[in-house]
Amino acid sequence: MKKAASRIYMLLVFLFLYAPIIVMMVFSFNESKSRTVFTGFTLDWYYKLFQNDVIISALGNTMLVAVIASIASTVIGTAAAIGIFAMNKRLRSFVLNVTYIPILNPEIVTGVSLMLLFGFIGLNLGLTTLVLAHITFCVPYVILNVMPKLRQMNISLYEAAQDLGCSPVRAFFKVVIPEIMPGIITGFLMAFTYSLDDFVVSYFTTGATSQTLPIAIYSMTRRKVSPQINALSTLIFIAVLLILLLMNIRDARAYKRASQNKKGDSL
Amino acid sequence: MKAKSPAFPYLVWMAVFIIVPLGLVVYFAVTTETGEFTLDNITHVSQYVSVIISSIWLAALATVICLVVSYPISFVISRAGFSRQKTMLMLVMLPMWMNFLLRTYAWMTLLENNGLINKFFGLFGIGPFDMINTQGAVVLGMVYNYLPFMILPLYSVMTKIDGKVIEAAQDLGANTFHVFSKVVLPLSVPGISTGITMVFVPAVSTFIISRMLGGGGNLLIGDLIELQFLGGSYNPHLGAAMSLVLMVIILLCMSIMNSFDSEQEEAMIL
Amino acid sequence: MKKLLSCILTGVLAFGILPIFSYAAEADYSRFEGQGISLNVYNWGEYISNGEDDSLDVNAEFEERTGIKVNYTNFASNEELYAKLKSGGTSYDVIIPSDYMIAKLIAEDMLEKLNFENIPNFEYIDERFKNPEYDPANEYSVPYMWGVVGIIYNTSLVDEEEAQSWDILWDSRYIKDILMFSNSRDAFGIALKRLGYSFNTTDPEQLNEAADSLKEQKALVQAYVMDEIFDKMTGGEAALAPYYAGDFLTMSEDNPDLAFAIPKEGTNRFVDAVCIPKGSKQKEAAETYINFLCETEIALANCEYIGYSTPHAMAYEKLDEETRNNLVAYPGDEVLANTETFVNLPDEASELVKNLWTQVISTNTGDNKWAVPVLLLLAIAASVAINLWRRHKKKRDEALY
Repeated sequence: MKKAASRIYMLLVFLFLYAPIIVMMVFSFNESKSRTVFTGFTLDWYYKLFQNDVIISALGNTMLVAVIASIASTVIGTAAAIGIFAMNKRLRSFVLNVTYIPILNPEIVTGVSLMLLFGFIGLNLGLTTLVLAHITFCVPYVILNVMPKLRQMNISLYEAAQDLGCSPVRAFFKVVIPEIMPGIITGFLMAFTYSLDDFVVSYFTTGATSQTLPIAIYSMTRRKVSPQINALSTLIFIAVLLILLLMNIRDARAYKRASQNKKGDSL
Repeated sequence: MKAKSPAFPYLVWMAVFIIVPLGLVVYFAVTTETGEFTLDNITHVSQYVSVIISSIWLAALATVICLVVSYPISFVISRAGFSRQKTMLMLVMLPMWMNFLLRTYAWMTLLENNGLINKFFGLFGIGPFDMINTQGAVVLGMVYNYLPFMILPLYSVMTKIDGKVIEAAQDLGANTFHVFSKVVLPLSVPGISTGITMVFVPAVSTFIISRMLGGGGNLLIGDLIELQFLGGSYNPHLGAAMSLVLMVIILLCMSIMNSFDSEQEEAMIL
Repeated sequence: MKKLLSCILTGVLAFGILPIFSYAAEADYSRFEGQGISLNVYNWGEYISNGEDDSLDVNAEFEERTGIKVNYTNFASNEELYAKLKSGGTSYDVIIPSDYMIAKLIAEDMLEKLNFENIPNFEYIDERFKNPEYDPANEYSVPYMWGVVGIIYNTSLVDEEEAQSWDILWDSRYIKDILMFSNSRDAFGIALKRLGYSFNTTDPEQLNEAADSLKEQKALVQAYVMDEIFDKMTGGEAALAPYYAGDFLTMSEDNPDLAFAIPKEGTNRFVDAVCIPKGSKQKEAAETYINFLCETEIALANCEYIGYSTPHAMAYEKLDEETRNNLVAYPGDEVLANTETFVNLPDEASELVKNLWTQVISTNTGDNKWAVPVLLLLAIAASVAINLWRRHKKKRDEALY
């Protein structure tokens, strides 16, 4: 009884989560522009989407900004985490509190404050300001992912490496980095994700030439709507699904390998 | 603080891109166009108290609904077998990775008067309900968009609750309700507070959901701020004052949250 | 014989010169070729022929002929355009505001004077649109489209007789079936006209009265929209909506049930014109774009696709009979006599309208005023109580050891 109830509940929640997406996907094949009446099957909207210059260039911009911002914030964030780790307690808590601000602050305040900053400096809104803004809200996520790993790391390993003759820099790269690598990778992925999907901050810091995909979608929804949006969401859904499936398969394989190794050890 | 510290570039960045902009917001909030000091902007904000109250009320509603809906789900997922857990997590996270605007837009199609949900009710002869362009639609949009943000922290905390603790409680004679209220609930409080933070803050400051699903007449404070900067009522000083008020409100809410939970030193971000 | 010779000579000359003129025009367009220039054009949504439904893609055509890339973005209202320009940051090269906004931009010195030598096609614009009120010396703008505002209504839900007055938008029989403008001037304009005042009044009493009637109306309004109106009206989501004549013509193609009414109290006649904002770095290229928009075939393609009325004399000639006689697109003189154009309001009145408008749209019709302060107080009380209880418990535990 309990199990059935929980199963039904799970089903309802997943239905709630996926119903709108599935409806969008179905109507991306609709022949007419109607969003509620399905008249016929067609791939037209997909063709039109691929010819839509605005969307294609927006997609390019989004990917470019996400890649640059996530790499830059990973580098800056990792260096920062190491530096913060070595600080005295008071300074560390001050810096960490300020680091929290972009995370806890509502995005609209971050966006508005950055827009005011760029206006104040006199920097024209464009790709540069967009990247700067994205790095600003991505770095805290990297720091928050690397710090716990630094704390878990055994500091004596680093000292041991130096005792065995490594220069501090070499010891750093050979000992510390591999230990905190999982944190760095998670931080990088988080930064990439947040940058890819960001709308609010980009809305305030982008110029006419550097529209990102969410902003292009927003302008599309404000006008006469075209099922190209449906086609776009279908494609995004499939892309995300593939990525998550790949990640899952890779994890499953690693898990299998680890459990096989364990079996081997116990023999 | 030595200049050799690897954190130095970040510290500079932090100062320029986090502290200075906030300082600018405060500066704009307390000055007029000509640059003189004034508290007018902040008192002007008090004209819009009803909007602020609306935002807090709707966001709180959405947060509570998210909490109530996610709690059982997170619990079920955390007790499932390992591979099933992974699959279910993936299914929960998938919508989160889809574009926020597209998901909100999708609801417009469903909720309209001639939309699919009303058509479905029409099959049973139940009249078309007014769903879109209401406050209810805005709450629905908030819940839909932020549900995964509540599920994940709760799940993360619940996996740490050892199954044996629950078994022990049951062995000692606790019924389901007691197991829940005396064992699971207290142990999941860190997850609850993280989840509430991750849902309430974006919900109170959203401006897209209210515009797309609320019909442009149910303004929230995010909409008002956007109007002052890039919308029809250009007044950056008033906008900065509103942002200041918003930040203060959030600070207040966070400190109330923190007082409920004295054990953790750092928020758990996924 | 002489006559025949002169005829032939004229004919040859005419045919000989024509290619020279068109060659000259072509040469003008290709002089930017290969320089990698791009223009930022900021226009209303659905306001250019963009290649859909077998129409001409104006921007693509321009890019092909001149080699200049066009970054085309949209705004939803004049006030939004103004905010974007005022906040600095983005530099646009071509903008298309409405009459009163152009007057405001000129007054605030935010526009560049046009070099009409680069815009020879300006001569095709009808004389009536040259040297307008908002740009008396015609130095800053070139007219693009004009039209009137009216009530779009669904004939299956609304009676034609009743739709002839702005009052119908306040009719409680159509509760939640009414759409309304989402920008201050248009919304206030309707409220003022309905009360019998001028669009351009600066009298605070009249403006407050209009604001009050808009607040009254709010309970009946389904949504405040601009271009979202297309889907809502064609999909039958709403029964009534005030909007622009040209857009009605576009909508009526998708939904034949729709009709257009110009209310008896009078309505707004507007002209949208192309300008170059101050600080544009590609002024000459921008002027070429403006000139391109004034090419007869381009102006014709635009007005045929978007449905608005063209100020371009040659394009007007080329329209088919039906369109020229369409009273929605080209209303008769008696109707036009009952229209008023917006004028840029003086600063004080402008501020008042802006503030009142923000109040109108943020008025909440559902009241939960008491809920939140109570909740807040409860939350504070609860946290204080829990803290005290914890402290008490700690003391008690310590006492045990």
